[in-house]
Amino acid sequence: MAEKGSVGNLNMMRRRTDRMMNWLFVGSAIFVSLIIFGIIVFVGNQGLRTFADPEAGIAEFFFSTNWTPSEGEYGAAGFILGSFLVTGLALLLAVPVAVGGAVFMAKIAPNWMREIMRPAADLFVGIPSVVYGLIGLLIFVPWFSKMFPGQPGFGVGPAAVILAIMILPTILSVSEDALRTLPRALEEASYALGATRWQTIWKVLIPAAMPGILTGVILGMGRAIGEAMAVQMVIGNAPVLPKGLGEPTSVLTTQIVKEMASIFGTTVNNSLFLMSLILLLVSLSLILIIRIVARRREV
Amino acid sequence: MFATVSKKTLSLGLIATMTAGLLVGCGTKEESQPKSGGDSNAPKQEELTGKITASGSSALLPLVKHAAAKFQDKHQGVTVDVAAGGSGTGLKQVAEGAVNIGNSDVEAGDEYKDKGLVDHQVAVAPFVLVTNKDVSVEDISSEQAAKILTGEVTNWKDVGGKDQKITIIGRAESSGSRKYIKSALLPKDKDFAKDAVVQDSTGALKTSVEQTSGSIGYMDAPYADDKIKILKLDGVAYSPENISNGSWKLFSIEHMYTKGTPDKVSQAFLDYIMSADFQNNEVEALKFIPINKIKK
Repeated sequence: MAEKGSVGNLNMMRRRTDRMMNWLFVGSAIFVSLIIFGIIVFVGNQGLRTFADPEAGIAEFFFSTNWTPSEGEYGAAGFILGSFLVTGLALLLAVPVAVGGAVFMAKIAPNWMREIMRPAADLFVGIPSVVYGLIGLLIFVPWFSKMFPGQPGFGVGPAAVILAIMILPTILSVSEDALRTLPRALEEASYALGATRWQTIWKVLIPAAMPGILTGVILGMGRAIGEAMAVQMVIGNAPVLPKGLGEPTSVLTTQIVKEMASIFGTTVNNSLFLMSLILLLVSLSLILIIRIVARRREV
Repeated sequence: MFATVSKKTLSLGLIATMTAGLLVGCGTKEESQPKSGGDSNAPKQEELTGKITASGSSALLPLVKHAAAKFQDKHQGVTVDVAAGGSGTGLKQVAEGAVNIGNSDVEAGDEYKDKGLVDHQVAVAPFVLVTNKDVSVEDISSEQAAKILTGEVTNWKDVGGKDQKITIIGRAESSGSRKYIKSALLPKDKDFAKDAVVQDSTGALKTSVEQTSGSIGYMDAPYADDKIKILKLDGVAYSPENISNGSWKLFSIEHMYTKGTPDKVSQAFLDYIMSADFQNNEVEALKFIPINKIKK
């Protein structure tokens, strides 16, 4: 009787703890969602106030490249283009190397080599971006100015190279995981049909691992488009369209950093929030794309 | 049992005695300090305590930091926190009440007119135009400098140098150096060339000028070292003496703004910076010019 009662007690206590933990987790989830939602609303609201200033029109902001806040010109098209240009170039440089490296590590390299390379690649991810920026400023900027005589060397070129190095390990790690988790039967079937190793990798393994590789590329793209510190140190920060790889220009992140000392509530400051909103929406859509790609992978 | 208790009591008693001794020691020290410290200071009844925060101009930072260290030595109860961030940031933060003192290389603009800022002019910072070492021009006129910085002249051969493209390296909008050079050198309605490289701090600017061939930049003189070249302006070489005698034209007055009348601690700190002792002995050692050496 007494024993039964204590078991019942225990059960009740367990149920109470369960309920409490349940509420704690639900509470945390709601709290986090509220914060994220709050940030989007705040940034969006503050950003859209840009257009309350009659001098700053929507068409001007998105399609003009004339950024002269002191004269009421708020054309941010150059920064938006610059962001995508730099990110695109970085991907162009990084993806072939990263995917090649992933294939090598997953399918070709002997085990001991892989065991050295994989932690080394992971280590790369942890290097602070200011270190990359400094390397860019001291090595790649002079190099670009030598490559393109007459250009200062600051610009899209060194920024893309630095970003490519920064996102390489991310793409490499994710792609390697995707390749390694492919069913062994795929490879064996391909060899059984008489395909060479190259044919197997190019025609079977890479297409099969494509969703995973794409996830890596999108993650890298997210990091590249949002990077401010390293890019700011090498891009030159001139609010004009780039005329060459070694000519100064600006991207969204560096423009925000450059003008953030402006007074809160002024049109310049509001337009920085609008640029942040654009960055926020870009990363949101990148995350959505990853979701869709990952779902396709499950099928 | 009895033994342990007495041991405890003994140690407690010891601690109490030592603490009391320490307190007494401190007390006598504080009492004796003003007497031995000389009577030049007006007799102050109570010791200053409190916290001062300051932010802004990176050009003025070394001076304020040095003053803060000296001031804290004199008044043990006061902490002074100084941060950089640019003149624009300093003005903004002091206007918002985020810091006690906002440091700026330039006078607060019209947007601060109704914020109740009080100006304290503390020193003079000399500015110089610098170039990369490979530039062959040694001396330019103010008009030439203006034409270069606005982008009208883009090749060193047009101002007497060799055929070499000019790269302008400047500072961001919020920079006091930028605002100062704009007001001092550029024609009224013109801004810096838009394709100028922009760096975030004087340090980054110096590195860039050092690295980039054919580059020109501007900075406060204490930062310029022998890795870059200081240009002569209108035939005058830069030196502190040439500022005092009025022949070197590029210098800005360094301001420390407070919101309204400063509180007692901040006022004491500003008084210390303005004191003859600090102005004459420390300011020049930091390569600034004492404020009273300039005829305004």
